[in-house]
Amino acid sequence: MKITMAHGSGGRSTSQLIDEIFVRANSNPTLDMMEDSAVVSGGKRIAVTTDSFVVAPLFFKGGDIGRLSVCGTVNDLLMRGAIPKYITSAYIIEEGADTEILERIATSMAETAKEAGVNVIAGDTKVIEGNGGVYINTTGVGIVRDSVDIKSANCRVGDALILSGTLGDHHASILSERMDIKNNIKSDCAPLVDMVRNMMEAGVDIRAMRDVTRGGLGTVLNEFTKSSGCGFELYEDKIPMTAEVAAFAKILGLNIMHMGNEGKMIAVVAADDAEKAVDIIRSSRYGENAAVIGYVSDDKKVVMNTNLGGRRIITELYGEGLPRIC
Amino acid sequence: MNDLSQIKAYLKAYNGEPMTFMEVCGTHTASISENGIPEMLSPAIKLISGPGCPVCVTVASYVDRLVELALTENTTVVSFGDMIRVKGSERSLGDAQSDGGSVRMVYSPFEIIKLAKKEPDEQFVFAAVGFETTTPVYAQLLESIIENKIKNIKLLTALKTMPAAIRAVNADNITGFIAPGHVSVITGHKLFDNMAKELKKPFVTSGFKGEELLAAIYALTKLKGGSSLNLYPSSVTYDGNKEAQHKVDRYFEQCSAAWRGLGVIDGSGMRLRDEFSEYDAGSTELVKDSLINSACSCGDVISGRKAPTACSMFGKVCTPDDPQGACMVSMEGSCFHYYINDRR
Amino acid sequence: MCVAAPGRVIGIKNNIATIEYSGNTVNANAGLVKIKPGDYVLVHAGLVIQRVNEEEAKNMTELFKTLEELGNE
Repeated sequence: MKITMAHGSGGRSTSQLIDEIFVRANSNPTLDMMEDSAVVSGGKRIAVTTDSFVVAPLFFKGGDIGRLSVCGTVNDLLMRGAIPKYITSAYIIEEGADTEILERIATSMAETAKEAGVNVIAGDTKVIEGNGGVYINTTGVGIVRDSVDIKSANCRVGDALILSGTLGDHHASILSERMDIKNNIKSDCAPLVDMVRNMMEAGVDIRAMRDVTRGGLGTVLNEFTKSSGCGFELYEDKIPMTAEVAAFAKILGLNIMHMGNEGKMIAVVAADDAEKAVDIIRSSRYGENAAVIGYVSDDKKVVMNTNLGGRRIITELYGEGLPRIC
Repeated sequence: MNDLSQIKAYLKAYNGEPMTFMEVCGTHTASISENGIPEMLSPAIKLISGPGCPVCVTVASYVDRLVELALTENTTVVSFGDMIRVKGSERSLGDAQSDGGSVRMVYSPFEIIKLAKKEPDEQFVFAAVGFETTTPVYAQLLESIIENKIKNIKLLTALKTMPAAIRAVNADNITGFIAPGHVSVITGHKLFDNMAKELKKPFVTSGFKGEELLAAIYALTKLKGGSSLNLYPSSVTYDGNKEAQHKVDRYFEQCSAAWRGLGVIDGSGMRLRDEFSEYDAGSTELVKDSLINSACSCGDVISGRKAPTACSMFGKVCTPDDPQGACMVSMEGSCFHYYINDRR
Repeated sequence: MCVAAPGRVIGIKNNIATIEYSGNTVNANAGLVKIKPGDYVLVHAGLVIQRVNEEEAKNMTELFKTLEELGNE
C-alpha cells in the first residue's frame, strides 16, 4: 500500500497507519495506552537528547534508518554516562512511501530498541507532499547516577584517548552506494550500551565520551579542545581502520579523520585506567578493535603524528566532505 | 643514502644554502600536507605550491558562461564537484542550481554519456577543465560520443598545459621543481627534462606517497641546475603515454589560455580542433577575469609569489566556509590545504 | 577520480575495465592502454592512463639506489 495525504489527515487512515505499523512493532504497556503523553518512572537526574535522521538510501549495508534512529539517540545518552531508558519516535513520511517499507523500518527500530534496552514510549506520524521519503526524529531519555560526571570539559593532560573501533565504515558504506563503488563495507550502526555499561560497572575513570558521527573524529576532538582547553596527540599507526575503508577513502580523496561512523566512540580515560578500559571495550559487543590512539596534551591543537614521521594539524571538517575531483 | 631514515635525517639537519622548491601539482600539495612533510624539513628548505589546481586557475568569464548555460532552458551543465562552488564574476554553478539551473555533479566525465542517452532532448555540457592528465579523458570521451552518434553533448573547455605556466611562475627564488606526477605519466619525463635544461633548474618527477616526495626533495637538494631525475619510473616513462598523446592531438590543438592571476599565456592551453567545433559549447574568448574580493591574492598564490598565509584575508575573511577566492574553494587549492592543515 | 595509488585489473569487457583497490571495485574506460587482468594500473577521472611497470616495493629499492648514486656525486 502507498502512503497518501489521507494517512496524515488525523482521521481513521492515520490511526490505522499508527496501529498497524508503529504501535504493533513497538508494543509495550506505556505506548499501548495511546494517551496524549507517556507517564513513566525516572530518577533524580535524567539525560535528554533529540536527533533527526535523514538518510539516503533508507536501507544500506549494515543497517537502515530505523536502526540508525535508535542508535544515534541511545549513543548520545550513553556518552554522558546515562543509562538509556525511553525513546520517542516521530515519523515524517512523504506521500507515495510504501507501507511495506515503513513496516520494515518500524520493525528494525523495535529490534534495535530491544537490543539497546529502551522502550519506545511515545510517537507521532505526519504525512507531507513528496516522493516517498521517510524522516525520523527520536528523543531519548536516560537516567544518570548521582556520582556520574562525564563531559568533555573534564579532559586532563596525560589522559588516554581510546577509540572503540575502526573509523569511517558508515560513511564509506553510504557513499559507496551513491558513487557506484562496489565493496563489502558495512555500516557500523550499533548501540554502544554494552561497552559503556561494562566500563562504568568496572569503575573505569571516564572523563569524557563522544560518539564519532558526522564530521568524524577530527571534528569531535576539535570540539573537545574548545570545551576542555586541552589538545590531543594522535598516532596515525594506532588508528584502527579496515584496509577496505582506507582504500575507499584514497579513491575519493577523503580524509578518514572526517568520515562519519554510527557505532564508534572516542573515550577519554585516566591514563592509569587505559589498559583496563581497552580490555573491557574489546571484550564488549562492537568493541573488538578498540585501541589507545593517543593522549591529551596541553597545546589546544589536534596533532596527528604521521606514519612518515611528520606532524600535521587535524581541523574540524570543512564543507560537505565531498570527494576531490582529481 | 640508501634508506628513508637517512634521507629524513639529512633533510632535517640540512644547513646549506636556503632552498625553495615548488610542487606544481595539487595532489602533491595534498600529500605533502597529509604526511606532515613541512615539519620534517630544515628551516632552510621551503616548499611552495604552484599552479596545479585546475579549478583555481579558471577565470571568472568561464564560470559565468557555465552559469549562463545552466540557466538556459533544456540545458544541463555536468561538472566535477569542485567547480560547482567556484564563483565567476558574481555567481557559482551552485548558485545557478538554487535559482533553478540544471547542474549535475559527476566523478568521471564518462558518466555524461549515460545522462545524455537517458534524456535525448536535453543538451548536456561538460565543464571540461584540467591539465595534460585530464585532456586525454576528454579525447576519449569525444571518441565515444562520435562512435555512439550522440548529438546532445558538448564540452566547454578550459584546458591548460604546464610548461608555459611553469615558465610564467619561474621566479628567481625558486631553486627547483617537483614535476607533476600524473601529468608526466601522459607527457613523459622528457617534457620536464627539457624544461630543466631550458630554465637551468633541477626538476624531479615524483610519485604521490610521502616517502616518494621526501626522496624527491632530497634529490632536488643534490641535483645541479639543468638536470632532472625521474623518481616515479613505475608509472612515468621518458616518452610518456604515446596513445594518449595521439588521441589528444587528434581532437585538440594548442591555443593561448587565460589563467586566473597570470593573465593570458600564449600556447598554454588546448582547444577543440575546428573540425570538431560542433562539440564546443562556446569556449573561445572566455579570457576575462575578475575577483570575488578585490583583496584576493589567488593570482600571487598560484604563481608562488605569495604563501597562502601571506594573504591579508587568509583565515580571517577567507575560510573554507566562506571562500573569497578559488584557492580556498577547491579541495586541491593551496589556501584550502594550508588552512585545513594549519600549515604555515 | 584521480587515484594516486595503482589498482589491479580484475576484468575487461567492451573496453570497460573493472579495477580493484583492496576490496573496492570501480569501472574505468580502458581505451588508451593495453591491459589484461592482473595488471596494476593508474586511473584518472574514469580513464586508465597507465599500466604500472613493476611491483611497488621493488621501485622503492631502485629509487633509493638512484639517490645513493646522487649522494656520491
